[in-house]
Amino acid sequence: MKDVLFSAIAGQKADYIEIRLDESSSSRLAFRGDRLEEAGRSASTGGNVRALVRGGWGFVTFNSLDKLADKVALAIEQAALIGKEDSKFSPVAPATDVVVAEFKKNPVAITLSDKKDILDEYNRLMLAVPEVQTTSIGYADTQKKVTLATSEGAYIEQSRIDVSLRLAAIASRDGDVQQVGLSIGSKGDFAVVENLHDEVKDIARRAVALLSAPHVKGGTYTVVLDPILAGVFVHEAFGHLSEADHVYENPQLRDIMVLGRKFGGKHLNIIDGAAVPGLRGSFKYDDEGTPATKTYLIREGILNSRLHSRETAARMSENPTGNARAINYQFPPIVRMTNTYIEPGRTSFDDMISDIKEGIYAKEWYGGTTSLEMFTFSAGEAYMIRDGKVAEMIKPIVLTGNVFTTLDNIDAIGNDVDMNQGGGCGKAGQSPLPVSNGSPHIRIKNCLIGGK
Amino acid sequence: MEELLKIARKSVESAEVFHMVSCRTTAQFEANRLKQILTRDGIATALRIVKNGRVGFAQVSGNIKSEELLKMALETSPFGYQMDFLFPSFQSFPKVEVFDPRVERVAVKDMVSLGENIIRDVCANTPGILCEGSLSRGTATLTIDNSSGEHANCMRSSFSVSIDGMLIRDGDMLYVGDIRSSCRPIIDHTPVSGEIIRQLGLARKNASIGTGTFPVIFTPFGIAGALMAPLISAFNGKTVLDGASPLKDKIGKRLFDKRFSFYDDPTLDFQPGSTPFDDEGVPTRKNTFVNAGVVHQFYYDLHTAALAGTISTGNGNRNGGMPSPSPHALVIDPGNTPVDEMIKNIREGLIIEQLMGAEQGNILNGDFSGNVLLGYKVENGGIAGRVKDTMVYGNVYELLKDVTAIGNDSRWIAGYVNTPSICFPQISVASK
Repeated sequence: MKDVLFSAIAGQKADYIEIRLDESSSSRLAFRGDRLEEAGRSASTGGNVRALVRGGWGFVTFNSLDKLADKVALAIEQAALIGKEDSKFSPVAPATDVVVAEFKKNPVAITLSDKKDILDEYNRLMLAVPEVQTTSIGYADTQKKVTLATSEGAYIEQSRIDVSLRLAAIASRDGDVQQVGLSIGSKGDFAVVENLHDEVKDIARRAVALLSAPHVKGGTYTVVLDPILAGVFVHEAFGHLSEADHVYENPQLRDIMVLGRKFGGKHLNIIDGAAVPGLRGSFKYDDEGTPATKTYLIREGILNSRLHSRETAARMSENPTGNARAINYQFPPIVRMTNTYIEPGRTSFDDMISDIKEGIYAKEWYGGTTSLEMFTFSAGEAYMIRDGKVAEMIKPIVLTGNVFTTLDNIDAIGNDVDMNQGGGCGKAGQSPLPVSNGSPHIRIKNCLIGGK
Repeated sequence: MEELLKIARKSVESAEVFHMVSCRTTAQFEANRLKQILTRDGIATALRIVKNGRVGFAQVSGNIKSEELLKMALETSPFGYQMDFLFPSFQSFPKVEVFDPRVERVAVKDMVSLGENIIRDVCANTPGILCEGSLSRGTATLTIDNSSGEHANCMRSSFSVSIDGMLIRDGDMLYVGDIRSSCRPIIDHTPVSGEIIRQLGLARKNASIGTGTFPVIFTPFGIAGALMAPLISAFNGKTVLDGASPLKDKIGKRLFDKRFSFYDDPTLDFQPGSTPFDDEGVPTRKNTFVNAGVVHQFYYDLHTAALAGTISTGNGNRNGGMPSPSPHALVIDPGNTPVDEMIKNIREGLIIEQLMGAEQGNILNGDFSGNVLLGYKVENGGIAGRVKDTMVYGNVYELLKDVTAIGNDSRWIAGYVNTPSICFPQISVASK
């Protein structure tokens, strides 16, 4: 394979050329209520060529290796149509490496029948709870091998295995319908989807409890986020803004996002890094062959660094961070997060809520998005805090904020930390990319919440 | 594909092959300049089989041997659901024009100039704005063959233009944009630049609104972004079958304003959502969900219809897996009120163009809540400026029960929803 790829690149004139091949295969199981809706297998093979000529990019996908040199030539021709300036692309030592898939309990080795039995058990537990109207369960595991060859001589094969499980219990009464979900994911360990019986019963009970929960009144509140929701918050509220492709060609945003700017208190440290081992966003090399790093985005409240591809790093005269990722061969790599988290602080949960007269304790996640400046994220579970104690459950809420003020409104950071591995990130049509995010409990003052 | 069907039929009771070949070229702009040109070729094949009465399924993108795909499908069939319908054997389909040969012939340099013209007009109107987006043309050939003898084949073309602008003003970020698509080439750049310039004009000044309930106008973008997801979920035959739709027992009941009519129409010529048959080879038709405020019907694929004791409405679509019910091209009937007149009658209120986070609420019961990413304050019958730091909360069914007025300004949003602006008497607003 190596020879095929390098011979297609040989002799072609461009500032940089890469060929990437994908091979993946997946198993999926989906239930709706007591019906198994889908037991399916899928596979994908294909590749792409990306070429850089005088600052312009050409990108061509293919389904077979026949006439690969022609595909390379087409990518170069397209790039040359654009290129009007000097290419800027940070140098990275070209690696030759084979990275085998890490796994603890390999999902691929478990039969579809055994997988189905586990999901059947969870489904029965949820459907047994009175007033649970229906359920939805989606399980998938994917093994994937990506091969990268570049005109600089890098040749990297990387394999990985992904597991994901999403369960939801849906309760209904008198025309009201409420749902509670649970998302689990892992890089290569089937054990994370086993022994979830207590969690599964709990989501079913909570869906029913939501039917009698009141709506919160819209307005600003002091909110405490659990580690899972705070992970989604750090991803949406700050992670996306730290992706340099939003910033590098925007002079005003470069001024706003100048390194050294204060974003939060001294207690605030935010990290992203695929080099943090064993998480869903972990890998050894990104899709441009840059080794993974661990990057302090915010250190002691100050903007310290940002996430780069090789092009954004070169254009901003900063170091590449190994964050160029593509979801599959149909897309070019773009700047993405990997494992993003807030480092733990010192405050215990009890201390965090003890002086809140009226506030909200928001847990688990349902979704999140950002416009860079403004962001919204929604809790899967929420309670009022009254006189320093967690009080009644309320209906699910959507929270919002402005990145330039909200991080500074974090006035307490917990001494615990947990990572959410069940999410997937979407950007520029590439979704869901495996990422993880996490945090300790955090408290945010003056957070705006929609409500009746 | 006939070969795959032939091989499959030797070892199964019945089978269906779905095959799609596509090619797409995209010119991508970043920071007001052309940045990347992409050419994508795709091949996707899906095989659904029935073995011992149970359904097996496998799909592949890229090239694969027929025997391999059959082996994958056979592995899954012992766990599949009991086959409860027959693969269809339709021989005729509605006449729907979805292919224009001119699309393939649009030169890349003409796509690039279309993008450059839009960006030039927008930058001339508002210096300092940075535009990004893409212009894209493509064709796709869809073939469905099954063991009941159906052979359905359709070639589609599509052309789309999507441009977003970002303006930073005193540390404030403003987002504007437009997206248009058609099965025909888009040649004129002025509708897109004109729409973006209109949004910029209304957002030039900042304004603020308090906390409370106010009249609200959702523009076509606002309707498509905030109100569609709950309706799509509620009219889905599968949600109804599961008992999770608030409309499950409401057929024939008037739940909506009598001026509100809502349907799915994949038979309109040259719309990207249009198609003569769905992804299971069932002929498409116009399906009316709400007729003059009365809940009329739901939408189904073959399997869900069989479970519900009804017939497929031609809404079996594949979104990366087995077919499931999904709409093609949704339409809300226009009214006759000009938007200016709606605005004139509001003393204090809100216009919502883009609501961020709306899809993060409890879509099942129609609740939504979101941050007004692009919206304007209405004061004494005129637009006072852009609002920020504002959250709204609403319920689709409460809103659509009584509307103040339905606009005469219908347009397509991304080719999949056609809607006018709608004015509602009140929505809950929380602001900083």
